[in-house]
Amino acid sequence: MYLFSTMISELSFGLITSIEIFLLTILFSMPLGLAVALGRMSKIRPIQWIMKAYISIMRGTPLMLQLIVIFFAPYYVFGIGLSSDYRMIAVILAFSINYAAYFAEIYRGGFESIPKGQTEAAQVLGYSKFQTFYMIRLPQMFKIVLPSITNELITLVKDTSLSFVIAIPEMFTVAKQIAAADSSIMALLVAGVFYYIFNIIVAWFMEYVEKRMDYY
Amino acid sequence: MSLFEMKNIKKSFDGKEVLKDISFSVEKGQVLAIIGPSGSGKSTILRIATGLETKDAGDILFDGTFGLVFQDFNLFPHHSVMKNITNAPVKVQKRDKKEVNNVAKDLLKKMGLEDKENNYPSQLSGGEKQRVSIARALAMNPDMLFFDEPTSALDPEITGEVLKVIQDLAKEHMTMVIVTHEMNFAKNVADHIIFMDDGYIVEEGTPEEVFGSDNQRMKEFLGKFQD
Ligand SMILES: Nc1ncnc2c1ncn2[C@@H]1O[C@H](COP(=O)(O)OP(=O)(O)O)[C@@H](O)[C@H]1O
Ligand SMILES: [Mg+2]
Repeated sequence: MYLFSTMISELSFGLITSIEIFLLTILFSMPLGLAVALGRMSKIRPIQWIMKAYISIMRGTPLMLQLIVIFFAPYYVFGIGLSSDYRMIAVILAFSINYAAYFAEIYRGGFESIPKGQTEAAQVLGYSKFQTFYMIRLPQMFKIVLPSITNELITLVKDTSLSFVIAIPEMFTVAKQIAAADSSIMALLVAGVFYYIFNIIVAWFMEYVEKRMDYY
Repeated sequence: MSLFEMKNIKKSFDGKEVLKDISFSVEKGQVLAIIGPSGSGKSTILRIATGLETKDAGDILFDGTFGLVFQDFNLFPHHSVMKNITNAPVKVQKRDKKEVNNVAKDLLKKMGLEDKENNYPSQLSGGEKQRVSIARALAMNPDMLFFDEPTSALDPEITGEVLKVIQDLAKEHMTMVIVTHEMNFAKNVADHIIFMDDGYIVEEGTPEEVFGSDNQRMKEFLGKFQD
């Protein structure tokens, strides 16, 4: 029989790993998504096609499958032994490139909904292409896409649990182990509560950011 | 010598010719009004003059700086009124921030907007927005200004406040090309008027000449404003 306090402490360690996956994924996928969006909107056709294919594949195949492929690829393709450090790298890599595709499409939608007159006004005022991008279009795009970003982040919190397939000791993996050892569903319920609180905090934070951006 | 000159400009969109051999010139200090029915090519002339559109043929003789005032303002919504005006002079022209701030404050005062510098465009009325956009163009110290129907997006009762600002600029001998549907304004403020129809300059001259013209299309067009 598991002590409740032991269970909470083990789940909390798992939660820390989940948070780590969450934050690192944001850190890498949001800028990568911007690069993909720019490639997708590029006037250079081959770049456009590559990004289109990338986005299509990332969104059209299961994240869990991508995770497993990235984790096992070094072994099956190159015969490289899998170090335990690589587990975490594979997770961050898989989540980042997957979420980058979603963010790219969100950003693109945001950029496209900025009125053309904004770019024209900037052009007539002599702004360079680069200045127009980071002074005029980028800040406007971010405000437009904030609600969609919030949706993605809430999904990401829940998706971190997919890491169980390569045995990352994040909260869901831990909860399943405890439940099996304890023959009780308690750990899963507690994990559910933790995920829910995690997401309430994410939603609350994003609401705060949206309010801060509401000055115009 | 003219400050600005367009020579034999042609432009087609998707095989449809919308400017068919347009030539005109603007002297320094002159106010040119361009009038004509919707779709006759007035905006396209301004867009080619300001580099927003490419020309298919012809020449533009001008080596000065210009500003453009849009019908729908195109202020930057995420910048305060002050930043809308100062950002390009500071970031593009690399002028001194203090100097530009003073210029902007003077311009806002002139526009009757001295209390709005910290507002955002969404907090302004249409007439105020358009005056800010004129101030934004002027802060760049342009040699000439283009206006594309600066009052068409405004409620009729507030067009006056914008026209007054443009009239004041004319008194200061700002060189301006103004596309407008305000016939009285064109008559009173312009030194020279061009009447466009279907991609051609059909009539041009002083306000007296153009408004007294016998040209049939000109008369038909003016007839629509006679009430
Ligand atoms: N970017 C464009 N693509 C296709 N057609 C255009 C474009 N811009 C203008 N036109 C067409 O050119 C003609 C002249 O337009 P415009 O110069 O805007 O007229 P005006 O300002 O006198 O109303 C119109 O028939 C318009 O539909
Ligand atoms: Mg027009």
